[in-house]
Amino acid sequence: MSDQEARRFVIDHFWVAFAAFALACVLGVYQVLERSGIIPAIQSPAVYFASVSTHGVLMAYVLTTFFIMGFGYYVATTSLKMPIWNKPLAKTGYWIALGGTVMAAIPLLLGKASVLYTFYPPVQANVLFYLGATLLVVGSWFWAGIMLVMLHQWKVAHPGETVPLPMYANAANAILWLWTSVGVALEMLFQLLPWALGLMDTIDVGLARTLFAWTLHPIVYFWLIPAYIAFYVFVPAAAGGKLFSDELARVSFIMIMVFGLPIGFHHLYVDPEQAAGWKLAHGIGTFAVAIPTLLTGFTVIASLEVAGRKRGGHGLFGWIGALPWRNPMVLAAILSLLMLMLGGFGGMINASYAMNTMVHNTAWVPGHFHLIFAGTVITMYFAIAYYLWPKLTGKQLCSASLPTLQLWSWFIGMAILTTPWHVLGLLGQPRRISDVTYNTLLTLAWDPYELAMILGGCVLLASALLFVYILFQTQTKGAEEPDRAVAYAEPLHPVVKLPAMLNGFGLWNRVILVLMIVSFAVPIGQFFFMDSFSPSAWGY
Amino acid sequence: MHINPLERKWVYVSLGMVGLFVASIVLTAITEGVHPPSNVETVDSASLHLGDEFAEDKLGVRQQPDGSLRVTLVAARYGFYPNHIEIPADTPVTFRMASVDVLHAAHIPMTNMSTMVVPGYVSQITTTFPKPGDYPMLCNEYCGLGHDHMWSKVTVVAKEEWHGVAAAEQQGSKP
Ligand code: HEM
Ligand SMILES: [Cu+2]
Ligand SMILES: [Cu+2]
Repeated sequence: MSDQEARRFVIDHFWVAFAAFALACVLGVYQVLERSGIIPAIQSPAVYFASVSTHGVLMAYVLTTFFIMGFGYYVATTSLKMPIWNKPLAKTGYWIALGGTVMAAIPLLLGKASVLYTFYPPVQANVLFYLGATLLVVGSWFWAGIMLVMLHQWKVAHPGETVPLPMYANAANAILWLWTSVGVALEMLFQLLPWALGLMDTIDVGLARTLFAWTLHPIVYFWLIPAYIAFYVFVPAAAGGKLFSDELARVSFIMIMVFGLPIGFHHLYVDPEQAAGWKLAHGIGTFAVAIPTLLTGFTVIASLEVAGRKRGGHGLFGWIGALPWRNPMVLAAILSLLMLMLGGFGGMINASYAMNTMVHNTAWVPGHFHLIFAGTVITMYFAIAYYLWPKLTGKQLCSASLPTLQLWSWFIGMAILTTPWHVLGLLGQPRRISDVTYNTLLTLAWDPYELAMILGGCVLLASALLFVYILFQTQTKGAEEPDRAVAYAEPLHPVVKLPAMLNGFGLWNRVILVLMIVSFAVPIGQFFFMDSFSPSAWGY
Repeated sequence: MHINPLERKWVYVSLGMVGLFVASIVLTAITEGVHPPSNVETVDSASLHLGDEFAEDKLGVRQQPDGSLRVTLVAARYGFYPNHIEIPADTPVTFRMASVDVLHAAHIPMTNMSTMVVPGYVSQITTTFPKPGDYPMLCNEYCGLGHDHMWSKVTVVAKEEWHGVAAAEQQGSKP
């Protein structure tokens, strides 16, 4: 694949991701409007749940997977200075994933798959939904395989050399994803698909929930890692400084990969089909995985401080003002970190074994993940897109100020949307409801927060459309961009000698295997020995 | 490998912080028995009405031989049955719930009475309500298009005003 063709391929991935994103944002605004009840004419549970199912699938699976694949191809080709290995295979993966997306979108939009993006049985969707979702995952496996082959080929051609940090992290994400997706793949292949095809009458719901929990936690790290890659390799360079520590960055990515996997039961804290001991064990692991995030926060802030001081900032906080706030990458990092701190605090509450019961499945939960996923993660996706767009399209950004306006408005919109959402959760509002009237005193207290959320949603939609407009305008009308080379940040202290375990994954795969067996063998195995009842399919 | 001294300190701070959280959770779990509802107990959800425990006439608030209170509830689209229960404040109450159809979840806002109700399993949770008042019990897991209307009433009365199970029965046993 020529450079030009590879760039085109990356752009194709990004456009699928951002088209899904824009459409889903429109649905998001409809949702905040509908549930508030201020326009009785649009109240409809059937439309609402079709919409939330579509919005969730587009945001959580389509936007992320396509963005991560495109970004991964870009990082691999530029940091390893190699062409994409096996272009026909890569294209096949892309088309399978896209075909799967379309196949799942049809029943979703027709209201035939209003099972939400978690598709918990025994509520059953049209079989095309399950097939489409499976194909999306299968397509992404092509990508993951290609990333690992490229890493391997590079290492063979460069014996003893250090794998560039962005590629190391990117490969860690590919490995993480392969391990992560096994849970939901087993659920699909052995439970949901045969059941939806009519080959099986009943389904073991406890087993299905357990397998889904295997995937549900680490998948959020799959989404997050591109943001962390940008924190480590783009932000310091954009701020005019250096990466504080290359080695600690690797340690963080390894810890995310290793500890992120065996901890899914914090999603099952109040489930009856798993015993307390297993939940506690997964809960401890959940806290362990906070460590790499704490390290990342430190490194990013330290790298920014180095840059701020180099630019003439003085004093305890003076370096903050000296940062280039108008640079989209730097601004995004600051806003994203702010949301990460608040969201991380909320995450600790969710992870707390007992405190979780106060917020479980309340509006607090979507409030939390919009803050940290739609906020922290997606803000960095924006910044990556702004940085790469000129490199990919060969056109300068159509405006220097619009991207900062867009980033600020996304941040402000997110603050207006998620703050009341958290409060609603503390006031007991369930998540996933199309209507907030329960005829109790308590629920009357919800109303003002519902209105604030509408305002937040509108600001966010405007911001999302501005984002797409900037990319489109740049690609079609931008002036020639001379600089097509990507700048990955240099570490403050050059890496001289790296232990093999920080340069490869052999050891870590073995550690993961052991941890997965320890954390899941008995909890999954129990369903094969237990005299459990399996329900048949239910509509919704 | 190069590690900056400041960075090393931060690693220790992070480990200490996380260690503290984990220690307090594990300690309260072990010494106080603070666990989320987790009794792995199966039930045939298709024939609850024929069983001993979840048959219609067995539902509601009951005093156990040891004096403790037990609330037996069935979750079904779209309600928790019986749809109104009355229980005393400051008294340990054990809820046992089963679903006849799909996934549900029960939460009484502002309290830690929260559990998933998974078809095929009995959910059990014991808690104490310190504040008297009228509470909704809301379903907070998507269970179908009527999910937003799935709720029932829980009245917590002051311990002194509690007239025993018989009084509660009359109000509550008819779904
Ligand atoms: C215009 C901006 C957005 C608005 C107004 C919005 C609003 C909403 C609303 C109202 C729900 C339904 C929640 C419920 O019924 O409990 C929802 C669900 C969801 N949103 Fe957003 N959202 C926005 C952007 C995003 C973004 C950018 C992401 C992630 C990248 C995202 C991810 C999700 C997911 C995964 C769900 C499904 C949750 C579930 O099934 O419980 N949203 N959103
Ligand atoms: Cu999780
Ligand atoms: Cu429900």
